[in-house]
Amino acid sequence: MTDAQEPNVSEDEAQESTGGATAPSRRAVLGWGGAGLALGAAAAGGAVAAFNGGSDIAPAASAGAAVAFHGEHQAGIASAVQDRLHFAAFDVKTKDREELVKLLKDWTAAARLMTAGLPVGDVYEGVPEAPPTDTGEALGLKPSRLTLTIGFGPGLFAKDRFGLDGKRPEALVDLEAFPGDNLDQARSGGDLCVQACADDPQVAVHAIRQLARIGFGKVAVRWSQLGFGKTSSTTPDEQTPRNMMGFKDGTRNISGTDTAALDKHVWVGAGDGSDWMTGGSYLVARRIRMHIETWDRTSLREQEDIFGRDKGEGAPVGKSKERDEPFLKAMKPDSHVRLAHPDSNDGATILRRGYSFTDGTDGLGRLDAGLFFLAYQRDVRKGFVAIQRRLSKNDALNEYIQHVGSAVFAVPPGVRDKDDWWGRTLFA
Amino acid sequence: MRPARLTVLAAAAAVAALTAVTGCAEKSDKGGSDAIHVTATDSACEVSTTDFPAGKVSIEVENKGSKVTELYVLFPDDRIVAERENIGPGTKATIAAEIKAGDYLFACKPGMKGDGIRTKVKATGKGSAEKRSPELDAAVAAYRKYVQEQADATLPKAQAFADAVKAGDLEAAKKAYAPSRLGWERTEPVAESFGDIDPKVDVREDGLEAGQDPAKDWTGWHRLEKSLFQENKIDDNDKKLADTLITDLTAWQKKVGEAEITPTSMANGAKELLDEVATGKVTGEEERYSHTDLVDFKANVEGAEKSYELLKAVTAKNDPELAKQLDTQFAALNTLLDKYRADKNTYEFTSYDKVGETERKELSDGVSALAEPLSKLAAAVAK
Repeated sequence: MTDAQEPNVSEDEAQESTGGATAPSRRAVLGWGGAGLALGAAAAGGAVAAFNGGSDIAPAASAGAAVAFHGEHQAGIASAVQDRLHFAAFDVKTKDREELVKLLKDWTAAARLMTAGLPVGDVYEGVPEAPPTDTGEALGLKPSRLTLTIGFGPGLFAKDRFGLDGKRPEALVDLEAFPGDNLDQARSGGDLCVQACADDPQVAVHAIRQLARIGFGKVAVRWSQLGFGKTSSTTPDEQTPRNMMGFKDGTRNISGTDTAALDKHVWVGAGDGSDWMTGGSYLVARRIRMHIETWDRTSLREQEDIFGRDKGEGAPVGKSKERDEPFLKAMKPDSHVRLAHPDSNDGATILRRGYSFTDGTDGLGRLDAGLFFLAYQRDVRKGFVAIQRRLSKNDALNEYIQHVGSAVFAVPPGVRDKDDWWGRTLFA
Repeated sequence: MRPARLTVLAAAAAVAALTAVTGCAEKSDKGGSDAIHVTATDSACEVSTTDFPAGKVSIEVENKGSKVTELYVLFPDDRIVAERENIGPGTKATIAAEIKAGDYLFACKPGMKGDGIRTKVKATGKGSAEKRSPELDAAVAAYRKYVQEQADATLPKAQAFADAVKAGDLEAAKKAYAPSRLGWERTEPVAESFGDIDPKVDVREDGLEAGQDPAKDWTGWHRLEKSLFQENKIDDNDKKLADTLITDLTAWQKKVGEAEITPTSMANGAKELLDEVATGKVTGEEERYSHTDLVDFKANVEGAEKSYELLKAVTAKNDPELAKQLDTQFAALNTLLDKYRADKNTYEFTSYDKVGETERKELSDGVSALAEPLSKLAAAVAK
């Protein structure tokens, strides 16, 4: 089996091997005397040590850097948003709880290596007659701020399955049918999910591919989604990127450095029920198809009215700068920003981490594109559900979008150290 | 780690081979000639020397029995080094062969049937052939036997199919189609290794090359499948194609013994059978007119399972966890396949066009679950 080796090395050694804050490239690591995994382990420890500042927020100083894998919360939620996404939802095929636990441990070990920029086992030094353990397409690439984030879907807590039925959090609700939804079951749901974010698409794709490979027989990929353009930032000093409609959306997103807001709206608190989730979060994933061609034929005024922001600067109606405080009453009652704003939803706030997607064209020659929406919140009922109830009923944008995929996951707390593993608080 | 292990295995094999040779107590009589003499009867196969110099070797065979016989020079894994068929009673024949240093078997086959009467021999001198553990040689030999059996068993079934086509009996031909393919599908990696036969018997219409004319150049099972199941007719050309299929399959049956088979090629062959399922059968591409994909699917899995079973003892020793996983996944996939046939003793499976998307996904997941650990079998065997 693909048992990834655990990075296990003293801090001194680790610091020395990475030479400070810049993590080594995959090729550089392999080149160090051919010791392969042993040195790889040192570098992994190093990458973790380099960012071990007590916070799980990694500096986005360099696109090639590694983001710490260990921490109180999982990386990939409040972490500065990377450029690319590969998101995969899995069905659990095994009926054996121990086998599922073993898989989660194997996945954790592999994730630890990959987020440090290392391959999962041999790439070209193995048995010639057998396939290599790691597929190798990320060899020579930098860690690229890869984060891997796991979530547990409602199905995992079903009765008579893994003995977890008493542990399903109340906040992990089955999403109601919202008006206008046209959900494809083949793009919805899942027992497990892994969100891979990186600045290099090949690094993100590689990571999901290795996990899927390790998982064959125990889990099967149900659906997956590639994303290419982040549509919101989690760093306040960054310009908000534009979505496929050409608008800045998500300007008011929770900042990854705003500890108070994260504690209030994103991280599950100790008293929230389901103790195993403390430090975790809840994820809602929605594949939102945009009717690109009709949008492109919509007048500029209507486009701006629909969003409640201007197209050039992204300033709210009546204001001049993107980050100026919006005056909601100046916007049309059905404008997107007005309806999505916390003030319109009793303060409901989510952390958005969506990406644009384009999956070529549909059979009618229309661009199959839109927003792969990822929202993290402390309680799905008070976050996404509260906001979407309002939006799905009233949002002027609905004429140009359709929700075609949907899933919800409980995202457990972070992996604390090299002995910890994804889901320990739930299964142990 | 790996080279060291190989050395140990090679040494063990060498010791075993020496023991075997010295075990042959009778000192041979060379008869004053460089040639090796083999005297064959209906119940014996006497070899004048069991130890001869490597290089150009001349073997004189005399048939003193009452049945037609044949002589094979075989590698320890049953691969044919040289052979001579049809040696009639009272006649002599000479086989000239280039034989490298190493261990071999001479086998006389009175009546040209069965495994033959065997004697271990040894060619000594410069440049020895690669040694393997006797355990793996036995696995390869058993697999070689299986492959031959599958080819032998295919011919009558293919003949029944061809006869139905030639009789113009559409229903009988349709019924005989899928069963005629079982042996081929079980041993596809070996069958395909004869590059010229595979395109003649198993190519699909989209597998033709540019410049090839489907009307003239497309032969074999799938051409007939299209006539029978899509066009619902049998014409004169189809009848000719039926004869061609038998000719090509007979060539395959004759050649099977020459296939290059090693323990790792057996292991990877098993994986390749699952690849066949994953790329051709699960998608319904292979049997697009007859929709008998699940029959091929089952045959591919059976062939892979045979390879694995023969390599299981070595696998269980080298990688017990892998053996456990393979046992589980083979069982799981077979259970899944059984959902699609009412009677486990037949190969009458649900028509694949009646298998829905969800079920196909489930089958595909089952294939992945087995194929992934199976891809590690070669590494376990090579340890």
